[in-house]
This record gives sequence, structure tokens and C-alpha cells, in this order.
Amino acid sequence: MARAASKTSAARSRSTKKGASGSAVQAPKPPKPEDFDKEQELHAYREMLLIRRFEEKAGQLYGMGLIGGFCHLYIGQEAVVVGMQMSMKDGDQVITGYRDHGHMLATGMEARGVMAELTGRRNGYSKGKGGSMHMFSKEKKFYGGHGIVGAQVPLGTGLAFANRYRGDDSVSITYFGDGAANQGQVYESFNMASLWKLPVVYIIENNRYAMGTAVARSSAETDFSHRGLSFKIPGIQVDGMDVRAVKAAGDLAVEWCRSGKGPIILEMQTYRYRGHSMSDPAKYRSKDEVQKMRSEHDPIEQVKQRLVANKWADEDELKAIDKEVREIVGDSAEFAQTDPEPDVSELYTDILL
Amino acid sequence: MPTEILMPALSPTMEEGNLSKWIKKEGDAVAPGDVIAEIETDKATMEVEAVDEGTLGKILIAEGTEGVKVNTAIALLLGEGESEADLDKTASKPASDASGDETAKTETEEKPSGGASVPAAPEIKIAADPDIPEGTEMVSTTVREALRDAMAEEMRRDGDVFVMGEEVAEYQGAYKVTQGLLQEFGDKRVVDTPITEHGFAGVGVGAAFAGLKPIVEFMTFNFAMQAIDQIVNSAAKTLYMAGGQMGAPIVFRGPNGAAARVAAQHSQCYAAWYGHIPGLKVVMPYTAADAKGLLKAAIRDPNPVIFLENEILYGQSFDVPMMDDFVLPIGKARIHKEGKDATIVSFGIGMTYAVKAAEELAGEGIDVEVIDLRTIRPMDLDTVIESVKKTNRLVTVEEGFPQSSVGAHIASQVMQRAFDYLDAPVITVAGKDVPMPYAANLEKLALPNVAEVVEAVKAVSYRS
Repeated sequence: MARAASKTSAARSRSTKKGASGSAVQAPKPPKPEDFDKEQELHAYREMLLIRRFEEKAGQLYGMGLIGGFCHLYIGQEAVVVGMQMSMKDGDQVITGYRDHGHMLATGMEARGVMAELTGRRNGYSKGKGGSMHMFSKEKKFYGGHGIVGAQVPLGTGLAFANRYRGDDSVSITYFGDGAANQGQVYESFNMASLWKLPVVYIIENNRYAMGTAVARSSAETDFSHRGLSFKIPGIQVDGMDVRAVKAAGDLAVEWCRSGKGPIILEMQTYRYRGHSMSDPAKYRSKDEVQKMRSEHDPIEQVKQRLVANKWADEDELKAIDKEVREIVGDSAEFAQTDPEPDVSELYTDILL
Repeated sequence: MPTEILMPALSPTMEEGNLSKWIKKEGDAVAPGDVIAEIETDKATMEVEAVDEGTLGKILIAEGTEGVKVNTAIALLLGEGESEADLDKTASKPASDASGDETAKTETEEKPSGGASVPAAPEIKIAADPDIPEGTEMVSTTVREALRDAMAEEMRRDGDVFVMGEEVAEYQGAYKVTQGLLQEFGDKRVVDTPITEHGFAGVGVGAAFAGLKPIVEFMTFNFAMQAIDQIVNSAAKTLYMAGGQMGAPIVFRGPNGAAARVAAQHSQCYAAWYGHIPGLKVVMPYTAADAKGLLKAAIRDPNPVIFLENEILYGQSFDVPMMDDFVLPIGKARIHKEGKDATIVSFGIGMTYAVKAAEELAGEGIDVEVIDLRTIRPMDLDTVIESVKKTNRLVTVEEGFPQSSVGAHIASQVMQRAFDYLDAPVITVAGKDVPMPYAANLEKLALPNVAEVVEAVKAVSYRS
């Protein structure tokens, strides 16, 4: 591949120079959390609250036996997807693993369609055939919802490959967790993405536990922003509980990709309040730890406090938002229980085109 | 009316649990996310969190109660503006009734799915091969050239088609199948990858999700085992899991099966492996014409197609019709030689044994019909069964391992659909049930041979 070869050697000579100055990868400076205006704060508040309430409702429906199988809730991590979504533009793609409800709602997928998929009904996004871990929306550029840990990373890299192939300026936002970050295919993807300068933002959602295994027990390098160093991919650690910090890092990363600099990693330091899945009692961490995150770092509470402190919203206005969100969630739950199961004829559809 | 808090199911299999502890007491304020109780499931002790805001009005199931059925009301939550007086509105209803209601509801809900019978699998209708016009020039072409021509033609036709893999570009293909493509199409569309099968298979599938039409070359399919998760879980299943919204129009191709003297890790046939997977099409051609026509079809196909080639066949020449656009139907077997006494079904390199055996048997007065399956999935069993109805005898030939082989599947289907037409048990000739040995003599023994096929046909014909 003549062109790539010349590119590679060019990159090599550049890096030699950098090597002389002591740094292999010129990582951009972590941006300061940018101040949000009233509109942004209210938007972030509503979007995060929608995910929180949706997930609580999903947990409840699971408890009632209406949602089956595996169900991984996103509660606590809302700022990550909401902040990133605020950095994206139309045409940018999103792909993630199985803890995906928040990502879907953030891309603008309908609560009804997501909840109906969770209950396995015909008007779910996958006609009831995918479930919690396997949902897609071509319209919203949401490419799943993948159940195999780490598999979405090459796939998201492939989305970026298609963007570059077509010569458009879309960016692939590829999410995975601290657990997936130890999968080999992640590094195969890093290598190709960097080699080919693909426009992909790798978001490592470090919620500290891969199922029940704490990061320090599974990862030789616990600073995930460094995981791209061997591939010359810069990385930034971000306070993933602060939606403003996420947005600022997201802006930087997306612009990095759009300007042709290739991939970039954002390590979002976040926390999941619930267990890994519905049946996980989360005995591998202390209640105090969870309580501390909830009371001191809650992403929604942070925005709420700023809204109140800036007098941008009073209790009544916040309650009105809460009510509106509850209505959307309540409606989705109602829909997801009354919508019929898929017609039996769907058993054999959508296998081949 | 107060909200009932129900005993939750906290695992995919939980039916009942013990209410071990109430964390909140009657009269306590409760906010969403607050832990209100602990329950013990079959697996662990779990916390129950409140979903709604309010005051814990009444505890219906005392702590320490064992065997509480899922969906039993365990407490009542008073909402804003409700007081203890409101508790009566539901308190008169015993918890067991509530659980009874729930059970009944669940049963009615489940009836449609539980009671319905399984719909029949849809029948696949596949067109016959296109007519080759009278007087069409036939050009002797190697399988290698035919494959290259197919890719080049499709790349000229559709800018979304590109080829990626190890050594496909500058090296001109590890087996020279992509020879010349880089020169014609450039490095944007002929992409050398690092040695990273799992990764580039996934990158290809992702590009296909985004609407491109990748041809992913594996240097051999042995290495594709590193990528089999992306092939099976991502490429094959996404269309179904997405309710038809998106799939992967992608071709995975490369040499498959035993080459010569490359031993166990490099000598394996994947026809049966991929043939097992709904959502894939699996093609395994023998002749150069089939290789060309079917690869063109595979590239145009909106589904993921596994295209199994063979290193030994690459250099063999066959007549290929010189036509502007020679495309063959995936899923259609080809009768390679008509005959009336017995049927041999094979595919790919297995056909070399079948064809030679048929020639030998002809010399002994046994007129064999040879069917080249060409496609493993969807499998053209109709053509096989029509032939069996005529000859009443069937032998299958393949190089793959014998257990759960393609031949085993054919035998089982023929038994189920044409038992009365069989005059003898089907014989499945396959590779031996051993890893491929390196030593030349042992390797020869591990593969099927013409004599075995001849013997099998004689056996089903009760001739010795």
C-alpha cells in the first residue's frame, strides 16, 4: 500500500523528532470543564434524569419479571453519554457494549422503543428479537448494543474506516468499559486506527469494576488514557461524573478526529451505582464507597445544584422537568407492557436479506 | 392510591426469595434509589431499591419471611398528598391475592407465545444458472485468475466494494489471488492489514454496517478462527438482532482446508463450521467458472458470505465463459455429470475425488451422477433428493472431519425426506477423525482418496 507506506514513514520521522524532545505522543492538554449556559445545564439535567428514571423503571420491570435475561443498568454513568452527545453532530456514529440503554436514549432513540425491546415486544427497536444488549437504530446512527465484551471496538473502528473511505467528516464514537479494555481486539483496533488515521474517539468508561473485578485486580496499567501509547494514540483522563468536563473533552476529541489527526482515547472516570447486572449483589465493594459517590459526585445532583445556585431553575421548575421525564418513562413502561409480543411469523424473518 | 412495592425477581431464574431485612420502617420517607429492604435470592443477598418517591406506608411482608413469591406485594408506598387513611384502599387486599393476580396475568400473557406452534421455515426459491448464449467463447482460466477477475469486475462496477487483508496489496496476495488489484484500484480500495485477523474482520464488519461492501481476505481460513466471534456474533447475527434494520454485506474469503504438508493447524475444512450458522451464506466452489460466478454473486449479496477456496485448486484450469457479467446463483447445486446408478455429492476440492471415482466406475459399468453442491448454506437439498430418487444410492465426499460433517447433514436430510427411495444406507466419505499429520504417508491416509470413494459407491450399489 504505497500511500500508507509513505504516510507511515512520515509519521516515523515525525515521531523521531518528538522522541528527541522526549515525548512519543503529543497528547492534547486535558481541557478545563467549560461553563455551561442555562440552556445547556437544563438540557444536560433533563437528558441525564431521563436515563436515570428510565433505568430505575427498567430495574422495576425486571423485578416484576417483565424484562428477562441480562439487564445492565447505567445509573451513575449518565454524564458520559449526555456530555459526549452534546459534542457530536449529525452523522457521527455511536456504538457500545451491552450497558447500552443510556447511549440509546442519549442519541434520541425513543424511550418506548427501547423499553418495548427490553420487554421483548414487537415495537421494540429490534422487533423484540434483540433485547437489552442488542439494539440498533440506523436512523439515529446507533450501531448497537453488542453482547460480546470488546467486540464493538473493531466494529466502531470499521465505522470510522467507512467515514474515511467516503471522505466525509463523521466521527465514530466507540464506547467500551475498563473490562473490555483488556481484550486483545481492542489493541488490534488501536493499531489499525492509528496506522490509518481513522476518525474514532475511543471512550473508555472506567466505572472501576469489570463485573466484580476491581480495575487494580485486572489491569497492569490502570491509567486507561495511556492504553494507546504503544500505538501513538493520545489519551485524556476525564471526570466522567461532571457533564461539563465530558463535554469539554468530547469537543476536543471530536475536533481532533475531524481535523484528520486520527484516533484519540478519552478515559471517563465514572461509577455505576448498581451491580453489574440485575442479579449482582455487588459485594465486592463497600456500601460507603457507593454512598460516597452518590452523595458527593452524583452527575445529576451536580447540575441540579448549579441550576439552583445560578437561579436558573427553582424547585418547581425542576419538579416540572422531573414530572415530564417520569411521564415519558411511565408511558414507555405502559407501552412496553401492552405492546404485543412479536408475531410468531417473525421467528424466521431478518435472518437473510 | 398507594403504590404496591412488589417482591422483585433479581436473576433470570428467580421465582421466590426470602425477605431478610427491612431497611426502611413504616413512616420513613423514601426517595428513588434508596435501599428499602434486603432479600435473599437463590444466588445472593440483594438490596431492593425504591423506584418511586413517597413514604413507606405499610409493610405487608414481615422481615424474616421465607419463600416470598416474585411479584407479591411486600409494602405500600404513600405518594404525595396521601396519608395512612389511604392505606385501606388497597390494604384490604391480601398480598397472596395480589400475587395470585400477577401469576394469572403472567399466564395469560404467555399464552400466545406458549400455545402457538412453530411456524415452518420459509422455503428458499433460487433461480437456475443463467443461460450461456450459444457460441460464447470459453476461456481456459485458473481458479486463481477467475477469483481475481470476479473481484476486479465487481470493484469496477461498485465503488463501495474494497478488499482488505494480509498481503493483498503490495505483495499481490499471499497466494496471488489479488494480483494486479492494487495497480488498478489503488491503496484506498486494496488495503494491506497488519496480521490481526480478529481486528480486521471486525473492522470489515463495522464498515459493512456503515454500508460499504468489504471483501475480507484471510490468508487462510485457519487464521479466521481468531476472528470467528466477529464472523458469527457480529456479521451473521446482527440483521436478526436489529430486527432487519442493518446487517453486514461482507465477503470473507480465502483458502480453506488442507493444502500440502502444512500439518494440523493449517489443514482444516470450515464448511461444516460455518454451515452451522443461520445468518451466513457459505460457498465452496470447485471449478473456475463457479468460482468467478459465485464470487461475483457473493460480493453483490447483501448478507455475510463465507467463500471457501482451496490452495490446491488455485492453479487448476477450467473453461470460463467469456461474458460481460457472469453471475451464478448462491444456493444452487450443479449436476457435474449425469448418471443413473448412484449419486455422489461433493463440493470444493472433494469434487476432485468424486470426478475421478466416477471415471473409474464408468469403466466398471457403474454410471454415477456427480453433484457439485457449490453452496453449503443455503443447501440445495432438492437437487440432491431428485438425484437420489433416480439413483436410489448416495455417497457424500468431503475433506473435513467426519463428525457433524456436511455429509452427515445431507445423509440425515435424505433419510428424513427420501427414506423410501434409498436402496442402501448413505455412506459419508470424509477426512479421518484425526488432526492432520505432517508425515507424507500419514497425511495421505488422513485425507479421503479416490479408492475410498469408488469402494463406497460399490458398497451402496452392493457390488464388490
